[in-house]
Amino acid sequence: MSDSHAAVHSPDHHPELRHHFMTMEQQQNTASLGMWLFLVTEVMFFGGMFCAYLVYRLKYFNDFAAASQSIAVGWGAFNTAVLLVSSWTMAMAVRCAQLGKQKLLIVFLLFTMLFGSAFLGVKAKEYHDKFVEHHVPGADFSFTEKLLGHPDYVVNQYHAQMFFSIYFAMTGMHALHMVIGLGLMAYLVVATARGKFSTAYYTPVENIGLYWHFVDVVWIYLFPLLYLISRK
Amino acid sequence: MATAVLPPQQRTNYLNAEHGVKSWLLTVDHKRIAILYMLSITFFFFIGGIYALLIRLELLTPAGDLVQADTYNRLFTGHGIVMVFFFLIPVVPAILGNFLVPLMIGAKDLAFPRINLLSWYLYVIAGALMLHVIITGGVDTGWTFYTPYSTAFASPKVIEAGLAAFINGFSSIFTGLNFIVTIHRMRAPGMTWSRLPLFIWAHYATSLVMVLGTPVIAITLVLLVLERVFHLGIFDPKLGGDPLLFQHLFWFYSHPAVYIMILPSMGIISELIACFSRKRIFGFNFVALSSVAIAVLGFLVWAHHMFVAGMSVYAALIFSFLTFFIGVPSAIKVFNWTATMYKGSVTYETPMLYAFGFLGLFTIGGLTGLFLATLGVDIHVTDTYFVVAHFHYVMVGGVVMAYLGGLHFWWPKITGRMYPESMGKLAALIGFVGFNLTFFPQFILGYVGMPRRYYQYPPEFQVLNVLSTAGATILGIGYLFPLVYLLWSLRYGEVAGDNPWNAAGLEWKTSSPPPTFNFDVDPVVDFEAYNYDELKEIPVER
Amino acid sequence: MSENQHHVVPLWLYATIGITLLVMTGVTYFVATLDLGPFNTIVALAIASFKATLVVLIFMHVKYTSEKMTKAAIIAAIFFLGLLLTLSLADFGTRAWL
Repeated sequence: MSDSHAAVHSPDHHPELRHHFMTMEQQQNTASLGMWLFLVTEVMFFGGMFCAYLVYRLKYFNDFAAASQSIAVGWGAFNTAVLLVSSWTMAMAVRCAQLGKQKLLIVFLLFTMLFGSAFLGVKAKEYHDKFVEHHVPGADFSFTEKLLGHPDYVVNQYHAQMFFSIYFAMTGMHALHMVIGLGLMAYLVVATARGKFSTAYYTPVENIGLYWHFVDVVWIYLFPLLYLISRK
Repeated sequence: MATAVLPPQQRTNYLNAEHGVKSWLLTVDHKRIAILYMLSITFFFFIGGIYALLIRLELLTPAGDLVQADTYNRLFTGHGIVMVFFFLIPVVPAILGNFLVPLMIGAKDLAFPRINLLSWYLYVIAGALMLHVIITGGVDTGWTFYTPYSTAFASPKVIEAGLAAFINGFSSIFTGLNFIVTIHRMRAPGMTWSRLPLFIWAHYATSLVMVLGTPVIAITLVLLVLERVFHLGIFDPKLGGDPLLFQHLFWFYSHPAVYIMILPSMGIISELIACFSRKRIFGFNFVALSSVAIAVLGFLVWAHHMFVAGMSVYAALIFSFLTFFIGVPSAIKVFNWTATMYKGSVTYETPMLYAFGFLGLFTIGGLTGLFLATLGVDIHVTDTYFVVAHFHYVMVGGVVMAYLGGLHFWWPKITGRMYPESMGKLAALIGFVGFNLTFFPQFILGYVGMPRRYYQYPPEFQVLNVLSTAGATILGIGYLFPLVYLLWSLRYGEVAGDNPWNAAGLEWKTSSPPPTFNFDVDPVVDFEAYNYDELKEIPVER
Repeated sequence: MSENQHHVVPLWLYATIGITLLVMTGVTYFVATLDLGPFNTIVALAIASFKATLVVLIFMHVKYTSEKMTKAAIIAAIFFLGLLLTLSLADFGTRAWL
């Protein structure tokens, strides 16, 4: 019975303790489990797109490889690094919250937001390039590269478009999660500045941190799957 | 309880603790949110019912005389979407589950009360969107939104309908998440897993499916809408896409979704059979774990909806084989319920009549499911009325019977009033007769080859169709009747005691209706589930 | 139970993990330029999984939690995602056999 709670009311009633919990610890464990389950739903949510990716990558591998070569791997790698660093600053932010260093917490949150914004900026540049190159699915789509290793064969337009459809769907959904994450972090900055958190209560910092790391993990897979299909 | 000296009407309970529309629309009390759900879901049940009525009226004659093909397509689509997404999926968890999960485990509320309210608002927003779709012409894709028809040909209303189902999905996800966390974290001291009522076990399993499956339909609908708007081609064969991918993703959720519908109902049946047999459920552990087994196995069988859709025959063999396994935990439940009644002091109150109805109808629905799992038979009856009859036996004969049984059983707890017993029995009987008359002929119709989703048919099918329509009318009365007398009982029903059934379970140990925080004294559990051997008989006047 | 929520990860470990993640990003980029045949994909996914595991275990504190449910949630997510992918491929992978 690791998850049943103590029968006694906490003697020191914390202002953040909500009416239906007995102790801060129970409340904290509850919120944490809720967040983890939410992340499970997020895995399945992205999972649908990974399934589509997998099916068409296997079906149209050569076209996917050629289309993948047309996206800027340098920017992709740079963005991966940026996002990993933002994950690191987020971990540091949670650490500061644990230790009660509120000022440093704000600093690390701001850094996380900075790196997150940088990621989105690079992403916007990449999208822009694709738009200019007519690689955005739709009526204007055109992809004239040759198949890798087969200079006589042009890539199938529809199959290349499929790659970009999935590319935009996955990275777009990922970017949307980043935007939401930035909003949540802005809330954390304000709440921290107002003194809402202490060493006894920093659950929102921890949970939003989990969310941010999850978004990072999704990108860790997206980078090789989308950018590195074939770079030989 | 401590306030038992006051007459029940004067006690403070969750209904009279606060007044005014605002106190309801901003409530975070799980019991009030359950009432909000009850009102909105009942509304959609009758919308779906009107659709059913129109379908059955059209099928009264072989010719297409009441409506034309186009309208008929919109009718069965509307019926499917409303009934599946806005009635069957939320009905038991969002109403009875919301009300009872915290009560049964001895908690003050669900783990996330505000998210619970958010779930209801998402349901209402999704429902409003769906109503808008209905009023402005509706969609004709079938509730399954199959591509490429939905993305390349059907009316653009598909976008709005898909969005409605998407938003409703999040309502469902948040409800499931809330239940899992609540059951893990909010149990009263002494409420161990082996003491948890089977209703809770069933809701736990249901919530697993909600949390694991619903996000997949959500992203699928997003891709569907993107494809419709931007012509992505992910599901469009003209653009190199594979429409079967849509079906795979769709059924990855939508098959487990039938267990979202039936599992909570099975939880209700366990409570009813234990109480009205005055016995502990036979094979408690097996019944509890079979819920979880159904939830997990439910994810392994989805492609049996696609046997004739052009999928790999080898995959079809695998999915057919796996589908048979789902029969095992379902059968465990039915056998254990039957064994519970053996040598029990069985009485025949309204909820028990509904439970009997469930047992018979679910068994027929479940066994015909095995016919459909068999590849050869399935090819013969795919997209015929046999399939329609099969899933209505499970969904209507199973879920609605159990819901009505549960509603009658906990009505005194929810409202503090008894429903009129004789009318309840009559309604249960009318419902049972009407149901069988409606859907049994459809098994025969399907077997002799009447396809579903057609608005006209050869004259030799008319007799069975007339029987079915007549049955639907009786069934409709069987559903309207409880609406009338339950509303009547709110004012004139006999005042219920805290425990009118002498039933086991924590929800009966607090007052009726319960106070806002459920228990005046934080409960401590020192008894096993269904300890009916220690409880008195049901009072005779019941 | 409360210690796990308050486990403070030492700075040196965070620094090591951060640097490892960046190095591995470079490695995966470099390996992609080599011709390893089918192993390109496998190596890329192995490196990605290694990085993801580090993030989950250290940054998300899963290594330090005594809470079984956290681990159960992660296992469930991987398991059901695997079901979705493998059973879908059971169709797409064998459709051409006949």
